[in-house]
Amino acid sequence: MKLRVLSSAAEAAITLEFEKYPDKRSVLLHALRVAQQETGYLSEEAMRDVATLLELTPVQVYDVATFYTLFHLQPVGKHVIYACKSLPCALVGASALCRHIQNRLGVGIGETTSDNQFTLKQTECLASCGSGPMVQINDNYYEYLTPAKVDRLLDDLRARGKSDLASKPFKIPNVTGA
Amino acid sequence: MVSYEKILTKNMDTPGYMGTLPEYRATGGYTAFEKALKMPPAEIIDIVKKSGLRGRGGAGFPTGVKWSFIPKTHVGQRYLCCNADESEPGTFKDRQLIERDPHQMLEGIGIASYAIGASVAYIYIRGEFDLGAKIIESAIQEAYQAKFFGKNLLGSGFNLEVILHRGAGAYICGEETALLESIEGKRGKPRTKPPFPAVHGLYQAPTVVNNVETLANVPYIINRGAEWYASIGTPKSPGTRIFSVSGHVKRPGNYEVPLGITLREMIYTCAGGIRNDKALKAIIPGGASAAFLTPAHLDTPMDFEAIAQIGSMLGSGGVTVMDEETCMVQAATNLLEFFYHESCGKCTPCREGSSWILQVLHRIERGTGRASDLDLLETLCRRIEGVTVCAFGDAEVAPVLSTLKHFKEEYVAHIEGRGCPFQPNVELVMAH
Repeated sequence: MKLRVLSSAAEAAITLEFEKYPDKRSVLLHALRVAQQETGYLSEEAMRDVATLLELTPVQVYDVATFYTLFHLQPVGKHVIYACKSLPCALVGASALCRHIQNRLGVGIGETTSDNQFTLKQTECLASCGSGPMVQINDNYYEYLTPAKVDRLLDDLRARGKSDLASKPFKIPNVTGA
Repeated sequence: MVSYEKILTKNMDTPGYMGTLPEYRATGGYTAFEKALKMPPAEIIDIVKKSGLRGRGGAGFPTGVKWSFIPKTHVGQRYLCCNADESEPGTFKDRQLIERDPHQMLEGIGIASYAIGASVAYIYIRGEFDLGAKIIESAIQEAYQAKFFGKNLLGSGFNLEVILHRGAGAYICGEETALLESIEGKRGKPRTKPPFPAVHGLYQAPTVVNNVETLANVPYIINRGAEWYASIGTPKSPGTRIFSVSGHVKRPGNYEVPLGITLREMIYTCAGGIRNDKALKAIIPGGASAAFLTPAHLDTPMDFEAIAQIGSMLGSGGVTVMDEETCMVQAATNLLEFFYHESCGKCTPCREGSSWILQVLHRIERGTGRASDLDLLETLCRRIEGVTVCAFGDAEVAPVLSTLKHFKEEYVAHIEGRGCPFQPNVELVMAH
């Protein structure tokens, strides 16, 4: 199969999932996630490749890609920050925290820093309502945030690409210390 | 503080317990599945019916009854889907069950699949739960290795494949038919019902969709019996429930208690009362889709019927608490921003209505509201509720109608005073 931008490794990661479903189309969300991981965002070429692999039309792929918030149709920075803005987080200071991130990075909502390190987005509830304010950055949650913790987090990510502030398996309140 | 017996959150209270298969086995894990595989499926459905277990995702439908809707004469594939798309603002219980004790859910999936005759079960987990997905994936592998999943389980002849399916960011996929559409690789748009999933579900085959917490209860019901389960909680809302408490309380968190304790006990005893000892102004008792309540409702029991009787719902069990300094217009506006963003766009009243309501709320909050706006909001809401394919339409009007009912004077103050009368120490709606 002739693919435009996706590698054979991505193709294998996608086709490996076919056996789990009676219909190739069910692999679409997975395929788009694999494509996005490989190429950074969902370009038209990447979506055409997914359509080829799943035997769909390009518009069927585009239709789904535009519905789900985790898919980027434009290039994004290395770290995508999703700042929760839903009511429980807002009640404990999410708006002020988001402003702090904007000031610290010098970007507005939806923008990417000039060094392509960070894209800032706002998002709705991430099931972290008792441990807000919080953000998700790539695969990790960061909770109970304060401006000082955000500064350390952004410094960590810039310097080392990761931070030990990332949340571990979740339990609140943590009365036993377990 | 009265202490209640925990069921689903008991193991994780043991220091160091991380929910691996050997740890779960040591607490009696999978003995219910072993027992169930020796029983006729109809008997399991009967036990779950008698236990009175009701869905923990939001609607509160009796679980055993839902299972019994699978047509008995159907030949061919049936499916079980576990709804792990927890996205209702205020709710974070399934995340804890998944990350700290995932085998309870998996064992429940095994028993439920056997009971309804499903040889394939999909776990639909929201795309943002990356850690949860890794933990479930590893727990599934453990269960396959221990031969709890796979072929001819424990010599019963029953086969079961359990497959994790990750979403990609869309609140509506927690609605059970939207969830099925999403597994099929489509936009998550709810289907018109009937037909219900039990008849035409995933790939048009008979399907049951159950929430994580619902399924996690099943092994305990099989092991300890329907009478034991029914003796906890209230007669019509039996069992425990994990309430997620957030907002202006001293100790936010997940609290597993018998259904029927009062809102007062939940907020003032479990969660420690209001932060900085301020006064309570408003409570959302069951996630963002539930109507606001006031301190006058504090002595209401937290069971499905009692909360419905006072005009709200127990929903997903997400209790969000707001103190005296919170602006109710801002709180409603924040929630309408959520509903506007998450409306799937299928039904015109919901799609267009959420946008119109939000425009009116924004202008009231910003000081350009009109005296006629309160009637306009009411009219808009009444033309959305009850006329959409799924419950989202009713959900999006609940915060507006209930704040108009209980806090009308705040709306009036915004309109007459040409702006928000509250000191904005906490800003709930960001101006862009």
